Amino acid sequence: MKMRRTIFPSNWSSISIATMLAVLISTQTGYSQSSADNDMVTIGLLLILIVLIIGAVAVASSNVIQIAVQSKQTNYHKDYSEEDGLPSRQVHQLKKGMDILLKGASKNKFTEVHTSRYALQPFNFHNIAPIPKVVVEDGGEVLAGDPLFYDKQHPDVFFVSPVSGEMAGIVRGAKRAVNQVIVLADREIKYKKLNSPDLKSSDRLTIREFLKKNGGWPLFRQRPFNILPDNEGDPRDIFISTFDTAPLAGAMSAKIDGRYEAIQKGVEVLHKLTDGKVYMGIDGRKDAELPRELTEINGVEYHAFDGPHPCGNVGVQIHHIDYIKKGDIVWTIGVQELITLGNMFLLDIYDAQRVINISGNAAHDPHYVKTYLGADLSEIVPESFDDPGIRVISGHVLHGNKKGENPFLDFYTQQVTIIPEGDQYEMFGWLVPQSMRPSASHTYPNFLFKDMKYNVDTNKHGEKRAFVMTGQYEEVLPVDTYPQQFFKGIVTQDIDRMEGLGIYELVEEDVALCEFVCTSKQPLQRILREGLDYMQYEA
Amino acid sequence: MNKLLKFIKKIEPKKGTINHTLYDGLFTFLFTPNDTTTPEGVHIRDRIDLKRTMVMVVLALQLCYLFGTYNIGHQHFQALGIHTGFFNGFHLKLAYGLTKLLPLFIWTHVVGLGIEFYFAWKKGHPIEEGFLVSGALIPLIMPPDLPIWMLCLAVAFAVFLGKEAFGGTGMNIWNVALLARAFVFFAYPTTISGDQVWIAGFENILPGAQVEYGWWQTSFFNTLFEWFGWAQFDPSATIIDGFTGATPLALAYEGGWDKVTEIYSSSQMFWGTIPGSIGETSKPLIILGALMLIITKIGSWRIMVSGLFGAIVMSMLFNLWGATPFMNVPWQDQLLMGSFWFAIVYMATDPVTAAGTNFGKLIYGFLIGMIGMIVRIINPAYPEGWMLAILFMNTMAPLMDHYIVESNMKKRLKSA
Repeated sequence: MKMRRTIFPSNWSSISIATMLAVLISTQTGYSQSSADNDMVTIGLLLILIVLIIGAVAVASSNVIQIAVQSKQTNYHKDYSEEDGLPSRQVHQLKKGMDILLKGASKNKFTEVHTSRYALQPFNFHNIAPIPKVVVEDGGEVLAGDPLFYDKQHPDVFFVSPVSGEMAGIVRGAKRAVNQVIVLADREIKYKKLNSPDLKSSDRLTIREFLKKNGGWPLFRQRPFNILPDNEGDPRDIFISTFDTAPLAGAMSAKIDGRYEAIQKGVEVLHKLTDGKVYMGIDGRKDAELPRELTEINGVEYHAFDGPHPCGNVGVQIHHIDYIKKGDIVWTIGVQELITLGNMFLLDIYDAQRVINISGNAAHDPHYVKTYLGADLSEIVPESFDDPGIRVISGHVLHGNKKGENPFLDFYTQQVTIIPEGDQYEMFGWLVPQSMRPSASHTYPNFLFKDMKYNVDTNKHGEKRAFVMTGQYEEVLPVDTYPQQFFKGIVTQDIDRMEGLGIYELVEEDVALCEFVCTSKQPLQRILREGLDYMQYEA
Repeated sequence: MNKLLKFIKKIEPKKGTINHTLYDGLFTFLFTPNDTTTPEGVHIRDRIDLKRTMVMVVLALQLCYLFGTYNIGHQHFQALGIHTGFFNGFHLKLAYGLTKLLPLFIWTHVVGLGIEFYFAWKKGHPIEEGFLVSGALIPLIMPPDLPIWMLCLAVAFAVFLGKEAFGGTGMNIWNVALLARAFVFFAYPTTISGDQVWIAGFENILPGAQVEYGWWQTSFFNTLFEWFGWAQFDPSATIIDGFTGATPLALAYEGGWDKVTEIYSSSQMFWGTIPGSIGETSKPLIILGALMLIITKIGSWRIMVSGLFGAIVMSMLFNLWGATPFMNVPWQDQLLMGSFWFAIVYMATDPVTAAGTNFGKLIYGFLIGMIGMIVRIINPAYPEGWMLAILFMNTMAPLMDHYIVESNMKKRLKSA
C-alpha cells in the first residue's frame, strides 16, 4: 500500500506550529514563576520533545487515516467470478442496521378486494408539477391503461388508469395542487389492448416511447433523487430488490402471486432499456424464503444480502453492488411494478394488480389482500378509518404516508400498517416508562431481549433538540458515509459536502432508521428530501 | 395521575412569558408530551430522548457524588487527626461533606439554570437538557472550599460565553464544565491550586492551625448530634503535626514516587481517600460509572480506551527519558494519581465537544491522553493537565472531523 501524506496539507502544519508556539510561550511563563532549580537546557529539550511528539502524532494519524480509507475502499469494487457461464451468487454481509420487531405481522391468509374507487396521486412522483394536466373529463369512461393525466414538463409521459371505469373527478389540496385523480371502478375490469411492440425486433427508442405512452414509465424510479426517469439518458444499470426487510413487511413470495413469466418478460424489457446490467438483490438471510420466481430468472446478476434492515432497501444494495458516482444515472424498479411491466408485453395489458399486506398492532385482521394500484383503503380496512385514535399508513412504520381524508394506496407501496396514535401524556415517561417500546438505546434493557416483539404507537417520546449525540446514525446505516455530517451539510446547503457524502445514493427510506433512532428527534427524511430538491434545483 | 395532569394543565401560564418557559420545562420533566409523529417520515420513534440520555450521565455520577461528599469530611478529620479510620465518625464526615458540597451544587444550578431559562425564554425555545450534566459535573471538579461567588462567576462565564453565545446545547465548542474550571484556574489560581486548597475547613494547612466551623456545624449539627448522643464537631481542634495537604501529584513533582509513597499508599490512591477535587479521587467508582456509560452507549468507549492508551504510552516515554523525578514515576502509578480517570470518562466523552466521527474519536482520545500527560509532567506551575488537554482537543476536534469527512468525500468524488 502506498503511503502518501495528502490528508494534512499546509494548513494543518501551520495550525500545529501555531499551537506549538502557544505551548512554548505558556510553558515558559510557567517556568518563570517557579523556582529556579530547572535550567534552561532541560526546558529547551522538553519543548523540542513536545514539538516532535505532536508532529509525529499528526503525521502518524494522517497516515493511519489514509490506511483506513484505502483499506475501506476495497469494499467498493468487488470482482465477481463466473463459473460455467452461471453467475456465482455474491453474498454481501451487512452488519449495520436494526430489525424492529413488531406485533401484528400479516397472517398467511389471502382475500381479494376490488374497491369501488381507485386514485392516482401526483405527489407520489417527486419531480412532477403539483398541477398536472388531466386528459379525461369528469364522467368520461376509461379502460385500464387509458391515460389519466400528464405532467406539463414531461408531456409525453402518461399516467394511466389502473382499472376501468368512470372518471370521478379530482381532489385538490393546498394551492390548488391535484392530490388525487379518482376513477370509479367497473365491477369487471376491461383492459385496453396496448399493441406492444415486439421485444426482439424493436429498438430502445420504440420501447421507451411505448412505455411513456402507456404508463410504463412511472413504474421506474431514477437515482439520484428517486424521481421519475429523465426523458434523455439511458440508465447505467437497473436494480431490483426482491425482498423487504422493513418492519412487518410481507413475504415477497406471497406478493409475486406465481407470476414467473411476467417477471422474466419484465427483465427482458429492462435489458432493452439499459446497456448495463440488471441486478437482482435477493434475500441472503438465514431463514430466507426464496421462491423459484425470483431465483430462476435469466439475464440478471444475483446478489444476496444478509443483515438487518435496511439491507433489503434497493439503495443500500446499489451502494454495495456498484455505487452511484457523480453523473451516473441508475433506475430501480420494484417486483410488483416489474410484473406490471412484464405483463404489458406478455399479456398486452396494463395489469395493475398489487398484493398488499395489512399489518400492525391495531389491525383487526392482518393478512394479505389482492387488489389494484391506488385502491381505496377505507374500503379494505374500514374499521380503522372510523377510529380517530388509529393511524393507517400506506407503507411501513419507518417510511410511508398517513392516510385519512386521502385513503388511497400510494403508488410504490405494497404494505399497509395500522397502529394506534400515541397522543397521550406519560408521567416521567423518559425516566420510568410504563410501556415497552422498541429502542436502539442501551439505556433500556431491550437490547438484552433480541427476539421480543413490541406494540407501538405514534408518540414521539420526547421533544426535538439540536444534534447532540454522535455515532448513532452510523450504527444503523450500512453505507460508507458520515450521516451526521451529511445532514448538517444539507441543513447548511453545503453542496460539496452533500455530493461527497452521498446525496446521489441516499433516499428517504434509506435514512429512515437514522430518523427512528435519533435522540434529538430530528426529521431526517424531510431534511434529506429538502437536500434532494435543492440539488435538483441547482442542477 | 389524570387529576394531576388536569390540575397542571389548568395552571398553565400565558405563552411567551418567562413563566411559561419555566412551566414548560417543569411540565415536560414531569410528563412526556403527547406529540405524535408527522404524517410523513417515520411513524414510530425510538423511546430514547435527550432527557434520558443526560440523566443517565447524572446517574452514573451518583457514586462519585456520594464518595466525594464523604471524602470532604474524611480529609477534614484526617487533618485534625481525629476519626482517622474511614468509617469512624461517619455522621460527622457526611454532615461536614454535605455542608460543603450542597452550597456548591445548589449555586451551580441556580446560576446555570437561571441563565439557561433566561435564554430559552428569549429565544422562544423549550428548555434544553444540556445543563443537567454540566451542572452535575461542575461541583465535582472544584475544590471543596471554593468561595461561592467565584463558583457563580465561573458558572455564569461558562454557560453564557461557552454555550449560549454559540447557540445553546449542541452548539458549544468547549466543554462547559471544564470552561467553568478553567475560568477559576486562570482568574483565581490560588483558590484551585497548591497545597492549601484541597482540605476543607482551614484558613491555612499548617500544623497547629485551628479549624473554622460555621453555624451549621457548631449550632445545627452539634445540637442534633447531642440529642442523638453522638460525637460532635470540636471547634477547638487543630491540625496535627506532620500533616500536609499536598496532593500526590504535588508530592510526585517534588520528589517522585518515593515521596508520594511516604505519605499515601497505592491502595489509598486507588480507592480515593486522598485530597483532591471533590469527585475525582475514587478510581473504582469512576470506572463503575464508565462501565455504565459504555454499556448504555452514552459515553464513547473509543475515547476512553484510546485516552487510556495515550496516557500510558506517554508516561512510558517519560519513564524512558527519566530526566526529573516526576518522569521516573512508573507509568502504572501515574494512573493512580490525579484526575485522569474522571477527565477521560466524564469530560472527554461529551458528545458535543468531542470528535464526531468514530475514527476521529480514537485520535481525539489518544491525543488527550498524551497531551494531558505532557502537561502534567512538564508544567511546573500546576502538576495536572487534563483540563487543558481536553479544552485544547475540543478546539481541534472539528478539524479532525473535517479531514476525516473530507477523506470520505474525496474517495467518492475521485472515482466519479
